[in-house]
Amino acid sequence: MNILKVDQVTKQFGGLTALDRVSFEVEAGEIRGLIGPNGAGKSTMFKNVAGFYTPTSGDILYQGRSIVGHAPHSIAELGIVRTFQETTLFQELTVFENVLVGCHIHARSNLLNAIFRLDRARQQAAADKATEVLEFMGLIDRREQLASELPLGSQRALAISIALASEPKLLLMDEPFAGMNPEETNHMMDLTRKVRESGVTIVLVEHDMKAVMGLCNYLTVLNFGQLLAEGTPEEIRNNDRVVEAYLGGGG
Amino acid sequence: MKAGPKKIVAGLLLLAGLLVLPHLLQFHHQDLLIFLTINVLVVTSYRLVTLTGEWSLIHAVMMGVGGYTATLLFKHVELGMWFTLPLAGIVAAAIAALLCFPLFRMTQFYFLIGSFAAGEAIRLCWIEFVNPFGGTGGLSGVEPPLIGDIDFLEPVPYYYLTLAVVGLCLFILYRIENSRIGLILHSVHWKAPLAESVGVDTWRYRALAFIVGSFFVGIAGGLKVHYLGTITPNQFGVGFMVFILIWVIVGGYNRFYGPIIGVIVLTLFDESIRSLEELRPAIYGAVLIVSILFLPQGLESLPARIRNLLGKGPAPADSSLTDK
Repeated sequence: MNILKVDQVTKQFGGLTALDRVSFEVEAGEIRGLIGPNGAGKSTMFKNVAGFYTPTSGDILYQGRSIVGHAPHSIAELGIVRTFQETTLFQELTVFENVLVGCHIHARSNLLNAIFRLDRARQQAAADKATEVLEFMGLIDRREQLASELPLGSQRALAISIALASEPKLLLMDEPFAGMNPEETNHMMDLTRKVRESGVTIVLVEHDMKAVMGLCNYLTVLNFGQLLAEGTPEEIRNNDRVVEAYLGGGG
Repeated sequence: MKAGPKKIVAGLLLLAGLLVLPHLLQFHHQDLLIFLTINVLVVTSYRLVTLTGEWSLIHAVMMGVGGYTATLLFKHVELGMWFTLPLAGIVAAAIAALLCFPLFRMTQFYFLIGSFAAGEAIRLCWIEFVNPFGGTGGLSGVEPPLIGDIDFLEPVPYYYLTLAVVGLCLFILYRIENSRIGLILHSVHWKAPLAESVGVDTWRYRALAFIVGSFFVGIAGGLKVHYLGTITPNQFGVGFMVFILIWVIVGGYNRFYGPIIGVIVLTLFDESIRSLEELRPAIYGAVLIVSILFLPQGLESLPARIRNLLGKGPAPADSSLTDK
């Protein structure tokens, strides 16, 4: 069963066509790689799926329902959560508080509850969930540190922790390996596999080919806003058009 | 959040101090104490609005909305202060809720200007619609409540009343800030897109902070008019808004008590240079510039800074001892 279906999606910015009738489907339980040279439209595609952009035309179906036109927060409520390029965290909050914000969907409070502390049980459940996620991601020893004090690898792990705390069904990871050394990359690959094994479908945009080839079951290649090829890592590696796009193009 | 015995003792001492305070002051200063207490609520409620990172310029006018509401209800509906006060808050909150729709389409600088324009529009209504708002001259004849034979026209009883109301409001504001809602407001401030990506409706939280902040400043407006007896549009103009900003910035807005320290210290300072008359604004301005230059985190950061300075001196000696 496909969890995500992108159907003929076009996104234009003024005269520029960033995405041109792109279609692909993601099966539940896979790790899908979305790759392509710089400017191919990978991040634009992510933003369309996560509701930060609205497609100019075409449809995006999640579990069979169209999500085009939904605001980012309601798409998150449906179970699609994205992570951001580089380290987008609440730098001024502690690691634990960062993950606690991530629990928002299941721990929402209202004024009366906040003033009279009527939803202690619910907030305790959120705190337990945050602790569980931090243990899962290996960050529990750093829970009281400020997010800004973490080394790069841990900051990326925290970004994923925030997303996981919201209990997503589909996780969109935007360049999780950028700027990492090989050791950090290996660690992050292990974490990503662990997340998938916990039942989360993953789509990732990534430039690090070694990581993509090692991690993904299936790849979708974009070039100049168009779908160039799809296939297993093996097929993609031997696809002449893909090789040409990477070597011949500006990438 | 359990209060240790130390905290309880400190709290009781503070309360005792606040209760004794008016008896140590002259009549004129007792007046000032009441206004200071009300202004503590003004800056603390403003802090809630700024938690999401949006600085509005309409807070002073919202206080006026509360004040006019209390005045009109007192004069025309003959409601006592026990009813006018909460209704002052509710009407201010309701107007804030309506204003959310145009204002929160904007952020940052545009929000600042938009909120200023909306505030001036409300103030113009008070000036233009002489009936019921009384025009530039405003309205008068508002009285404090009567409970038995306690005369709340006297500053000391009214101070106690103000203290109780403001204390309750501060407690609620503190609770909100230290709840999950407070955490989400902070998160909206620091990284709105990230908050949205995990399901936070940032628009709703911006609106919530604005509405709740307006509710409490509306109550502050009601408290003020019931003591002063008169209300005019000019009390809530840009001048007062600038004072609110100065109090919050000089006090520091990173912690709950920062703006409170700011309003207390600057009010005392302003009072102490009263004899300098026309030089006062210049000196006040100079203090503001100096404090922003040298204490960008506000007065509340002063203890930590002093601790740092003192800590740097003996620290190396200590570490050399432990090394051996």
